[in-house]
Amino acid sequence: MKVLIPGPLRSYTSVREVDADGETLGAVLADLDQRYPGLRFRMIDEQDKMRPHIRFFVNGEQTFDLAHPLGPADSVQIVQALSGG
Amino acid sequence: MASASKKKKSVRKAAQPKRAARGKRDGGTLLLVATRKGAWLYRGDAARRKWQSDGPHFLGHIISHVMLDPRDRRTLLAAAKTGHLGPTVFRSTDFGRTWKEAAKPPAFAKAPEGQKGRAVDHTFWLTPAHANEPEVWYAGTSPQGLFRSEDGGITWEPFSTINDDPQYRIWMGSVQDGTPDGPKLHSIIIDPRNPAHLYFGMSGGGVHESLDAGRTWTPLLQGLDVVEGFDRSTASFHDPHCIRLCPSNPDRLYQQNHCGIYRLDRPSNEWVRIGKAMPKKVGDVGFPMVVHPRDDKAVWVFPMDGQTVWPRTTIEGKPCVYGTRNGGKTWQRLDAGLPENQAWWTVKRQAMTADAHDPVGLYFGTTSGELWMSRDEGRQWGILARHLPEIYAVETAQTQ
Repeated sequence: MKVLIPGPLRSYTSVREVDADGETLGAVLADLDQRYPGLRFRMIDEQDKMRPHIRFFVNGEQTFDLAHPLGPADSVQIVQALSGG
Repeated sequence: MASASKKKKSVRKAAQPKRAARGKRDGGTLLLVATRKGAWLYRGDAARRKWQSDGPHFLGHIISHVMLDPRDRRTLLAAAKTGHLGPTVFRSTDFGRTWKEAAKPPAFAKAPEGQKGRAVDHTFWLTPAHANEPEVWYAGTSPQGLFRSEDGGITWEPFSTINDDPQYRIWMGSVQDGTPDGPKLHSIIIDPRNPAHLYFGMSGGGVHESLDAGRTWTPLLQGLDVVEGFDRSTASFHDPHCIRLCPSNPDRLYQQNHCGIYRLDRPSNEWVRIGKAMPKKVGDVGFPMVVHPRDDKAVWVFPMDGQTVWPRTTIEGKPCVYGTRNGGKTWQRLDAGLPENQAWWTVKRQAMTADAHDPVGLYFGTTSGELWMSRDEGRQWGILARHLPEIYAVETAQTQ
């Protein structure tokens, strides 16, 4: 499936949109980390919590659940929250 | 200068840094400057009069510390995060020409199901281990955690004897108990005579010592003051800001604490508050502590306003370094060349250091993004760089 990568993480992927596989959001992030080592930890902490300013959308709907089921036709958007100064 | 209205006539002209070719390894002194928005390297000639700047590295990253491995004099580690992304460590083996991210950055152990675990917000402190332990590094984090790498900083493992010990967890407190930038484990010190003899400090949480390579730890609090009304026997109430061991006498340590300046002469366990000899109107509050590379009686501090709500600025807007040549019996004000007034910055705990030249060069970076240096042990100061982001750490290294 297609995964949209936010600008601050493109140092890992070099491109805006990448392919990844998995039956859940967590599995997709694990697959991304295999393809782009280190990427997951910048978004998900060691307690498997989403970091405060990273948001995940599936087909445009926000989810906070790494167990969120995914199918091949779904798309994932990773967004960095606009915050700070 | 951003905030100073005028400078003394004795200010020396600072050499305008030139851009260096990245990766070029010249001799002399290397300055490693970590800031809120990236890292810069400054390479000085043997006379420390000409400096070449190399940066920014990691523009936009919050860099807490950059260290050169003194054992191979080529490996650099940088502790990094951004405002939005999680923490990591970058590593370079070619003097910063290229960087590679750690495969496994410092991270706490995953908590058992149903229990709340901790997450590293940022790696704050990096210390190369003993000369006989090449490739070994220690890292301190916020919230307080101690980590060790045995492969030159590529992978990191937590020290469970600290990170998960119930008593230490109580002493660490919560994030709400820490400094405004988060509670920190810092000042990781290795006895140059014995790789199993370690120290570290926690803000808050006190000073601790291990004699068995970190398997067991003991608080080292005797003689240290705490804020009035609190129990000095409880490590939670102790706030060491910076601890340094004298390279010329590993039995002597100095400490800048939230509550004063101290010296410890082992085997004694009692810290002596040498800051009481500071002028009353200046006091002995500050963040950094700098030791002389060859003289265990000579140290320098940067006093800070710690009154009322803790402004964390210079005192009355007049920056000054204080130094002692007799182990803290007497102190001298060293402010020639520094702004005379209206300079309201300060110097953080990792942002002041010394080189190994003779006479010793002193360096500090300010919260307003200025890099100052003295080639003569603090007698005369000049500005080396300005308009940098807020400076978090300054380290020196000899490149040959």
